[in-house]
Order: sequence, then C-alpha cells, then structure tokens
Amino acid sequence: MALQTPLAKVRHLGSAKEGVNHWWGQRLTAILLVPLSLWFVGSLWSIVVGGADRDALVDWLSGPVAAVLMLLFLGATFYHLKLGLQVVIEDYVHGRCKWALLILNALLCLVLGLAALYSVIVIAIGG
Amino acid sequence: MAQLTLPQNSKVRKGRHFPAEAGAGRTRRFKIYRYDPDSGDNPRTDTYELDLDRCGAMVLDALIKIKNEVDSTLTFRRSCREGICGSCAMNVDGTNTLACIKPIDEVKGEVRIYPLPHMPVVKDLVPDMADFYAQYASIEPWMKTDTPAPASQERLQAPEDREKLDGLYECILCACCSTSCPSYWWNGDRYLGPATLLQAYRWLADSRDEATGERLDELEDPFRLYRCHTIMNCTRTCPKHLNPAKAIAEIKKMMVARR
Repeated sequence: MALQTPLAKVRHLGSAKEGVNHWWGQRLTAILLVPLSLWFVGSLWSIVVGGADRDALVDWLSGPVAAVLMLLFLGATFYHLKLGLQVVIEDYVHGRCKWALLILNALLCLVLGLAALYSVIVIAIGG
Repeated sequence: MAQLTLPQNSKVRKGRHFPAEAGAGRTRRFKIYRYDPDSGDNPRTDTYELDLDRCGAMVLDALIKIKNEVDSTLTFRRSCREGICGSCAMNVDGTNTLACIKPIDEVKGEVRIYPLPHMPVVKDLVPDMADFYAQYASIEPWMKTDTPAPASQERLQAPEDREKLDGLYECILCACCSTSCPSYWWNGDRYLGPATLLQAYRWLADSRDEATGERLDELEDPFRLYRCHTIMNCTRTCPKHLNPAKAIAEIKKMMVARR
C-alpha cells in the first residue's frame, strides 16, 4: 500500500525542463517536408514518365540542386521519423521496455538516415 | 509483460430492472452504471424506467428522482444543479458533461449514464478525484508576486489585460475535459491534462502575476505538457464551452517564444 500523498505522486521527480526542442523540431521538419515531399514525388514521376532507366536517375541525382534537396529531404524525414516514433513509444509503452525501445528507435533512425545520406553522396559524386 | 486478460472486476454485467410506475405516460429508460468496489462484485448496469411527465427536464433531475423514489442506493455527486459547481460531471450518452445542464430530451432513446471515464470508481457514478485535484494544486493556482501590493489599493489590471482571462476563469474544474482525453487515460499519472493546463495558462496569462518564467519551467516536460497531441476531445466535451486545447497551444507558443 502506497502512503504517498497525491501531491507527492503528481510532483514525482519534478519537471524534466525539456520538450520544447522536440516539439519545435517536429513542427519545423513537418513544414519542411511538405514542399520537399511534393518535389521528390514530382521529380521521380517526371523521370519515370520520361522513360526510366538507371542512367537517367543517376544523371538527375548528380545535379547539385537535386543532390542537396535530396539530402535535406532524407535528413528531415529520418529526424521526423525518430521524433514521431519516440512520442508513440512514450505514449503507449510503460516500464523498463520503454527505455530499450527508445534507444533502439534513436539508433535505428540514425543508422537508416546515415545510410540514406551516404547513398545519395556516393551517387552524386561517383555516379 | 503483456497482460492478456482484463483486470478483476472489469466486466460490466447486466443488472436489475425497475419498471415504470403504473399509469406512466412518457416513459424513458435510464441505463446506469453501478459499482461498489467494497462488495467484490463486478460492476453492473441497472435499468430504470421513469415517467418524463413526472420528472424534471435535466438528467440530474432523473437521477434525483431515482434516488428519492425508486432506488436510494444509487450514488452520485451533485450540489448546485445549475452548472457552476462541477460536482455532477459524468458520462451521459457517451459524452462527458454535467448532468444538471444536460436535457434528457437531447438524448435519443435510452439514456446511458456512466462515471467519468478512466478514473478509479469510489461507488457508482462517484470517481476518485484526489489525483486530479493534486494536479491542480501542483501548478500553484494563486497569484505569485515579489512586488508588494500597493498600500492603498488593489493591484491594477488594464481592461484589455483582464479580457485575456475570459474563457479561462470560467473553468469550474469538473474534469469532463481531462477524463475525455486519451493522452490523460494512458499517462494521467504524469500528464497534467487539459483542465489543469487551462488553469495553468489562466495564471500565465494574468498580467499581474510575476512568476511566468517559473511556471513555464515547471510545465516544460515531455509528459506534463507535451503529452497533448491536439486530439481536441477536451474542447468538444467542455460543458462550459471553453477551449482547453487553445490554452495548451498558447502555453506551447510561450515555450517557443522564450527560447
């Protein structure tokens, strides 16, 4: 039987004094991803319609504008993914499992994001 | 560990049936949640038939009539019967509201009455509000100043600053909004909930208060404030037609503004 007062339970360990960066980052990447997603789908579509082959795609991605926008698009996507999944885990997973999943989420999004960025750079530079 | 079965006493069984008195004209069925944790029995829903021609217009009138004339064991909170005390907050027809200002006529068919969702039940329609009130106390809902009040008069506030408290000071802390919020259901031990956050903003928005920064410090937390995912159930259910979701959004804007 817990004899803690309700106020002690509510105050718990105190405020973490963080959360605003997460919230702001999620909003900024969401706004950034609106035009970038349209650009990505539009570009891919025009390449596919214009007779898609690997060379056409590599040519397009080797251009400086496409390469930089692609890096931005992938960076924003994986950062947004990490922030969003983190909220889902915090919402629904309680207990020790939560920390394992939070670390796994951060690591997985980082690795996948780095792999995606690396691939773009390789294609842009080496073709 | 995942829990595959419901906790004990989760299943609501069919309860007793109280037919309308003889010669009743306009009868209406009221299906009411009954639970007495001390008895060890499962919760049940009892059905009462009432003659609307011999009953007041509001859901609370029906509950009082049942308690007075049909079944005195029915337990619920009520006090002012005019929507200002917040005691009779409960779930009527699937929506949290105040029974005293909810007309029976607004409900189609059977009137289903349950306690506020996801709160521990003390008995029948009476939820345990201890943690909810502790959350309210935790935001220190009083004016905090270092400057002493003027010797000969009250602390002054410009009319336009006073207007900023409209839509906030009317909150009666009935908990309809907080107990309608899924985020509050899953993380009510750490998320403060819309009612408490609206009250927190009531003090953040007060031009006379001098502790705005400290108040924001205390709120800046992934759970206390940022469990709000703008689901908007709070605003939809508020029986006083206030907008807790907007108050929470204003707090989030203040957090960004002070970066």
